[in-house]
Amino acid sequence: MNALAGELWPYLLLVLVGYLPNEIWRALGFFAARGLDEGSEWLVWVRAVATAVLAAVIAKLTIFAPGALAGVPLALRLVAVGCGVAGFYATRRSVFVGVLTGEIVLIGGAYLLSL
Amino acid sequence: MRSIMRPMSVARVALNAVATHGGAMPGGATNFETSGAAFLGGVRAAWLSVFAYVLFGTYIGIGALAHDFNFSLLWATLSTVLVWAGPAQVILISALGAGSSLIEVAVAVGLSGVRLLPMVVSLLPRLKAPQTRARDLVLPAHFTAVSMWVESMRLIPGIAVERRVAFVNGIASGYMMSALLATVIGYYLAARLPNLLTAGLLFLTPMSFLVSITRNSVLLVDRLALVLGLVIGPALAYAAVDLDILWAGIAGGTLAYVGHRIREALR
Repeated sequence: MNALAGELWPYLLLVLVGYLPNEIWRALGFFAARGLDEGSEWLVWVRAVATAVLAAVIAKLTIFAPGALAGVPLALRLVAVGCGVAGFYATRRSVFVGVLTGEIVLIGGAYLLSL
Repeated sequence: MRSIMRPMSVARVALNAVATHGGAMPGGATNFETSGAAFLGGVRAAWLSVFAYVLFGTYIGIGALAHDFNFSLLWATLSTVLVWAGPAQVILISALGAGSSLIEVAVAVGLSGVRLLPMVVSLLPRLKAPQTRARDLVLPAHFTAVSMWVESMRLIPGIAVERRVAFVNGIASGYMMSALLATVIGYYLAARLPNLLTAGLLFLTPMSFLVSITRNSVLLVDRLALVLGLVIGPALAYAAVDLDILWAGIAGGTLAYVGHRIREALR
């Protein structure tokens, strides 16, 4: 009995502190969206908030980087992001080239700094 | 509705959709014969987009992280299906693995998920046809994540409205297949991943989010919101304000919306 509970415990945690706190936002969004139709002016504001939230997440992940990425100097991370955006615009807005450019600069730069 | 899209971008999206899937309807929307065809069209669109590969790289990192913190492979793949949000999974695995208190983990995961709310609210109304039932929107709501939201918002203007639910479910399923395969591969590769590569995999999320959201921001209001979020977000985080991401989103989004209204009024 105890062995079974021990094995199931991580899955219970996954649901309680992983799935539910994350899914609550999708559920709230589901109910908030019920009364809205495609042409609603509210949606312009909601999309602007979604974009700004995402931008804040991007900036935070870059500046206050998690795990192994924190080992790469902040200046190099910012230069890599800048090069990625430049690559995107230089190639008529290719997301693929943008991401690839940023990655090459980040990994290449870190390699040259022999991190 | 069309007034908030530039005519150019509508035409370009419709053109892309036609070029990819063939068979345009008179309204410029792609006409899938059945929901099944629309679903497969979505899977195809997912695999043709850079996100399928970005997710693959990101989830190699997440699979490896789950292995390093001694979670089982089943647990790792279930977390991908149930949580379906990269940053939340990174927090969940590293915080649980590091032995943080359960309340702390739940709060950190919950804060990272705030972005999903406005995404779901802005996506679901665009999927509704007259015959769409509320329960048809449950799956798209769960599937909503940055990758799926960005591609869906870009492509659905070119999709007939009664096929949009199936189409976006296809996009998300295509992405999830890529992420699940990568979770398994990353789990087995874990010990063999060099540090430099792990850093590169973690960098995929902010880099791809930034470039794709820049591509999607055609209108003034979206561009303003993007720039304001990039500036306000780190400023609040640096000042150690609670709920920094949430406040940055509300402040940045509202200021951008005010800017948009002022410009409309001056026209």
